[in-house]
Amino acid sequence: MNQDNRIPKDTPLVIAGKTYRSRLLVGTGKYKDLEETRLATEASGAEIVTVAIRRSNIGQKPGEPNLLDAIPPDRYMLLPNTAGCYTAEDAVRTCRLARELLDGHDLVKLEVLADDKTLFPDLVQTYTAAEQLVADGFKVMVYTNDDPIAAKRLELMGCVAVMPLAAPIGSGLGIRNPYNIRTIVENAEVPIIVDAGVGTASDAAVAMELGCDGVLMNTAIAGAQRPMLMASAMGKAIEAGREAYLAGRMPRRRFANASSPLDGLFF
Amino acid sequence: MIEIQLNGEPRQVAADSTIADLITSEGLGNRRVAVELNLEIVPRSQYDQQPIEAGDRIEIVHAIGGGQETS
Repeated sequence: MNQDNRIPKDTPLVIAGKTYRSRLLVGTGKYKDLEETRLATEASGAEIVTVAIRRSNIGQKPGEPNLLDAIPPDRYMLLPNTAGCYTAEDAVRTCRLARELLDGHDLVKLEVLADDKTLFPDLVQTYTAAEQLVADGFKVMVYTNDDPIAAKRLELMGCVAVMPLAAPIGSGLGIRNPYNIRTIVENAEVPIIVDAGVGTASDAAVAMELGCDGVLMNTAIAGAQRPMLMASAMGKAIEAGREAYLAGRMPRRRFANASSPLDGLFF
Repeated sequence: MIEIQLNGEPRQVAADSTIADLITSEGLGNRRVAVELNLEIVPRSQYDQQPIEAGDRIEIVHAIGGGQETS
């Protein structure tokens, strides 16, 4: 076989110096119970899994199920997130609590939201929090708009991955602005991971075809009729999209271009 | 007894309590939690030495399922 026809070996996803096989990152919210969370997470093949930090129910019964039993920290790279934070101060407090909770774990997902209808990020608060967290030694993966200027600025501030939204969180609308996502990817020297807005497998494939390094999703899997099956579909879509990106797609043409040769027609 | 704020709720605790006593009395002794005392993290190794004082604001948190959502 000609050397050039072999499938080129993909370089792995590297975030903050650690290598990952899977380019699918998943959240653990919105599942019906912890068993479904465990099974869907396994089916996705994801290695990086987001968790939220919340007040413990004081006076709760001992032995109540614990997320960390379903998603053991020795098997998955946990990614504590700051979901629900609307100020830089709350986001920084949440990350510090997460680091203590997880024995010094310093990889975090920063998101500071602006408004509960759109869940769009508040970039001023996001910049402030990112600056403080980077200075405090955190490895920050940051949720942002599909804005190339903001994405580059967050990279230059020292974030280890930049995560632009495809569409509003939980909307399932897919990639609304592929041109901006493409520009963000072209400008970046850190991994770009589409975070939020993916609805089905083809959306994830489109993100990867645009050259993104990975996709983070939660509702697209947890909100499917059969979450385990969708988790598996997403894993395949991410791989297919990645290979298509590496393969380099054919140019688009307005009119037909026959794929059978015209020479040698017998009529 | 002294009054503190625990996870946003008023709580009465014995005057000589430590963070370790509070975690035990709240039934969280075998849970993986993190503690913030007046906006500062209390390292796990200091739970049994850290005294609680009247008016302290204490947060005890743990990990739950979550993705990008606020719920």
